[in-house]
Amino acid sequence: MATLRRFWQFALASLHIVLRGNVYYWIWIAALLLLIGAGAVAYAHQLQAGLIATNMRDQVSWAFYIGNFTFLVGVAAAAVLLVIPAYVYDWKPIKEVVILGELLAIASIVMCGLFVTVDIGRPERFWHLLPGLGSLNVPQSLLAWDVLVLNGYLVLNLVIVTYMLFSLYRGRHPAKKVFLPLVLFSIPAAIAIHTVTAFLYNGLPARPFWNASILAPRFIASALCSGPAVLLILMQLLRRFTRFDIDDRAIWKVAELMAYTMFLNLFLLGAEVFKDVYSDTEHLVHMRYMFVGLGEHRAIVPYMWFSVFCSIAAFLLFLIPKTRRNPLTLNLGCVLIWIGVYLEKGMGLVIPGMTPDTLGEIYEYFPSNVELWVAAGIFAVGFLLFTLMVKVATPIMLGELHASDVQGIGHADEPAHEPVR
Amino acid sequence: MTKTTPSRREFLCALGGCAAAATAAGCSDLTHTSWFRSAFRELGDDEKKAIVADLEREHAVKYGKPVKVGTEGPLPDVEFGYALDISRCIGCRRCVYSCVDENNQSRDPQLHWIRVLEMDKEKGIDFAHANAYYEAEKVPRDGHFYLPVACQQCRNAPCVRACPVGATWMEKDGIVVIDYDWCIGCRCCMSACPYGARHFNYGEPHVPPEQLNPDTHYLGNRPRTKGVVEKCTFCIQRVRKGRYPACVEVCPVGARKFGNLLDPDSEVRYVLEHKRVYVLKAELNTRPKFFYFYGL
Repeated sequence: MATLRRFWQFALASLHIVLRGNVYYWIWIAALLLLIGAGAVAYAHQLQAGLIATNMRDQVSWAFYIGNFTFLVGVAAAAVLLVIPAYVYDWKPIKEVVILGELLAIASIVMCGLFVTVDIGRPERFWHLLPGLGSLNVPQSLLAWDVLVLNGYLVLNLVIVTYMLFSLYRGRHPAKKVFLPLVLFSIPAAIAIHTVTAFLYNGLPARPFWNASILAPRFIASALCSGPAVLLILMQLLRRFTRFDIDDRAIWKVAELMAYTMFLNLFLLGAEVFKDVYSDTEHLVHMRYMFVGLGEHRAIVPYMWFSVFCSIAAFLLFLIPKTRRNPLTLNLGCVLIWIGVYLEKGMGLVIPGMTPDTLGEIYEYFPSNVELWVAAGIFAVGFLLFTLMVKVATPIMLGELHASDVQGIGHADEPAHEPVR
Repeated sequence: MTKTTPSRREFLCALGGCAAAATAAGCSDLTHTSWFRSAFRELGDDEKKAIVADLEREHAVKYGKPVKVGTEGPLPDVEFGYALDISRCIGCRRCVYSCVDENNQSRDPQLHWIRVLEMDKEKGIDFAHANAYYEAEKVPRDGHFYLPVACQQCRNAPCVRACPVGATWMEKDGIVVIDYDWCIGCRCCMSACPYGARHFNYGEPHVPPEQLNPDTHYLGNRPRTKGVVEKCTFCIQRVRKGRYPACVEVCPVGARKFGNLLDPDSEVRYVLEHKRVYVLKAELNTRPKFFYFYGL
């Protein structure tokens, strides 16, 4: 009972925090709410008209929404890159920021769920997917598996984060035997969500572009580039605007790890390109659509080359110790890799896989305005959620926010509690 | 299986607030609104009857004429198969349009279950150079042959495997069907199908009432709604009553053969045993029950 009351108090305190903020905070929140509103209007139109409001058609029946979903599964999985050095190798400077990775995972999975929801034709029938109530087609259907692992990963991260923050709020150290197994379990779970999502495409022999066994490793490599890029920027923002003390070494270590994963990502892409180009079978047509276009159909070609350029440039910036330690080039690299992976996963995976279609027809897809607005709205939901969660987590981790009757929490300037260990 | 259904429905009723759902659907018996409707495969006979009665009433109101929704099951000792003579097909697309009429496909937006591909004789069966948009007045064009493609009714169907909610399956007589009231519209089956045979209702399907074929089947040509997938069912509403599919009847050159694969005297068995037969994308091991052959 006491714990429940304490939790209620914790929830109220959290609410209180998100309702307080300076003018920049409120401008940011207002901008996000505006975007969410625009997205909601666009989605209402799509619901009314049907998916004909998008530019998807039978030839390209999955596109922008599913591409975004795939990209965000990658971002969600990226928390692992922080967990591994922090807990497996017990490297202290990163431990403080692991919780940010978990928060990012939560926000990303919520966006994933929204992208799938807006993509399906009958969203009100979601209950057909609920185990027990509906008729989830496991073990056969990979989308059914994806529903299970993504929701499992969401719950896992919610539990870890809530437990850690609530413990700190009560002035206690999180019990190692509770959270350590959970945190360690989140490593294979993150790999699992990405693998299953890759298998969703991989398991379709009808689509030779996806039916390559290198697909799941490529997914994981690109996820380990894009996810940490967000965290690197966030860590610097927190350091700047709060009393959060994030060690330079933590940032450099993450950047160094990213240089390896970026290399791996480019290497796997190269292996894929080699196999298709050198074999020169009829399946090369999808790769050609991606990088050179088919006749007058070349809508996505410039985006694909820009993606490759961004990925290579970011790799070089992160590879050279001098540029990955310079805040300016580091952040430039983060933005470049984010763009590179976003274009590659968001457009370069799904659309060429479906162009030409299984009977050889070329339908040139490009997202409609409705799709762009709906996607912007969903990203705004994710950013809003992430902002609010970070806003609550920061003072708790700094020891500035705690239960009123907890003794021994120090003065604001000298927190008695060290940040999460 | 049938036992679980009423409790599920009651549960959903309590959860969703029945009154609201019934009002929104404009239906008197709220448990039969499409939102509460259980998967067809799990329905008992009484429930099927009640749901069919509701559907027939809904359709009659919408189209202003009586519409029959059949639930005939597979016939014993029957497995349907199809054979199409590539050397006879002239690419006139009469099959495409008779299919549209028979199976109540949307006229606007236009939706076709059969796609006729024009191919170069020099290149053989080569999808990369196929053209589905040739001019129909000039067929058959010199140097070309025609390959109509619809659902291949695979024995090892990738679409059935891909569906996350089991809304599509193969019936005992070999017909792969879709439960339009259970499909969530995720289009996994469309990504999985190597033949482009599955079609999605991107907009609200529109069939003029005077053109609606009122003789329908629950798993076949009954009117669909937006947001669900549909495809060829070998005209399930006809073939389970011993009739030919509409495309077989309309073909002016007799290129289309249909029958029971388990009957040694059937036309389709004759073709399989005496002609050179081809299945599309055999390397994918989908094992179609739709065969192409060279009759001349």
